[in-house]
Amino acid sequence: MTPLAAILVRDMRIAIRVGGGALMGVLFFLVVVTLIPFAVGPNLPLLKQIGPAILWLAALLASLLALDRLFAADHEDGSLDLILTGRAPLELVVATKGLAHWLTTGLPLIVAAPLVGLLLNLDAPAEMTLVLTLFVGTPALTFIGLIGAAIAVTLRRGGLLLAVIVLPLTVPVLIFGVAAANTAGPMPFGTPFTILCALTLASLVVGPFAAAAALRQEME
Amino acid sequence: MRLSAVDLACHRGGRDVFAGLSFAVASGEVLTVTGRNGAGKSSLLRTIVGLVRVAQGKLILEGGDPELTIAEQAHYLGHLDALKPSLTVAENLRFWAGFLGSRAPDIHPALAAVDLDELADLPAAYLSAGQRRRLSIARLVAVKRPIWLLDEPTSTLDASAQERLVGLMRAHLTTGGLIMAATHGGIGLETARELRLGEVKP
Repeated sequence: MTPLAAILVRDMRIAIRVGGGALMGVLFFLVVVTLIPFAVGPNLPLLKQIGPAILWLAALLASLLALDRLFAADHEDGSLDLILTGRAPLELVVATKGLAHWLTTGLPLIVAAPLVGLLLNLDAPAEMTLVLTLFVGTPALTFIGLIGAAIAVTLRRGGLLLAVIVLPLTVPVLIFGVAAANTAGPMPFGTPFTILCALTLASLVVGPFAAAAALRQEME
Repeated sequence: MRLSAVDLACHRGGRDVFAGLSFAVASGEVLTVTGRNGAGKSSLLRTIVGLVRVAQGKLILEGGDPELTIAEQAHYLGHLDALKPSLTVAENLRFWAGFLGSRAPDIHPALAAVDLDELADLPAAYLSAGQRRRLSIARLVAVKRPIWLLDEPTSTLDASAQERLVGLMRAHLTTGGLIMAATHGGIGLETARELRLGEVKP
């Protein structure tokens, strides 16, 4: 097994075991979205209009939920020391950990989204568009979040700092994600969706490098 | 193979931990690093493995693989055991063997070497402190690396586990390995030379 495959298998195993973050994210997502119709009331056109925005916001918060433990847990038990001295480049290790996190928290959200979309009066084409934008956009949320997770690694209660650092950075992803998902909106689908793809590709490159640099700095 | 340091210095948190340190360890040799608390024993091992920046002087490895750094040819056994409580004993060891080694070796001889083979399927959360330490020592057996940097390796180990560790260290030395160990109470090898830190106060 290569070092990166070992990291991927281990992180996914930990996430799906007891105390892992995989189920928490998707449950949080389901609870938040389910509460919205109770708060807004049975106004079907309004729910349909704000539905994509609600789902995107819930997905954003849910994908940040377990992220603060991504490097902090490895730091506290000494694993990070060994990872830093390993033969695998730290940038690739960080990217692999991001991939494992997305597979265990991002992907379940995308699977659950059509189900809760029904509560927000979304029809089939709107749900298809929403699933597509979430599939393209949630990796960007995870990989931007890696930077915050790396900066907060030595802090006991890094979760709050992580949210403060990461949420402003996710604003472009949120804007173009919701714009592409909102089929009833004034914008055509293609333009915001293309920009969303570009944002994701950029974050896949920048995130691991920035997070690895932050980790090296913190471990001094 | 010969690991040496020339005029090595280490600063941490704006404080000189040690300075002007020189030593050499060759294949088949053991160097124990001793000194009072805070003398820089752990900092020295962390400097060698690259976790703390070298402030001054240099570290030289002769006879190693020129493609790899010192850290990549060394095992670092720190205070922390680097184990995940939700994974089993075998899964923990298999992960580190896969991450540190280039291929997938059989981990059962390594588990047997630290007398944990009967607990292979137990989650690491249920291990005692000594068993956790033995599991991290198994990492050194599972993946062959010539340099062992051990930080208080015998703490939490009982008498029979300490004897096993001495046996493992002897075997490592006879196959051309070298060992540096930070310790207070000695590690049970007669051939060990001693490097005292903090003797000369600046």
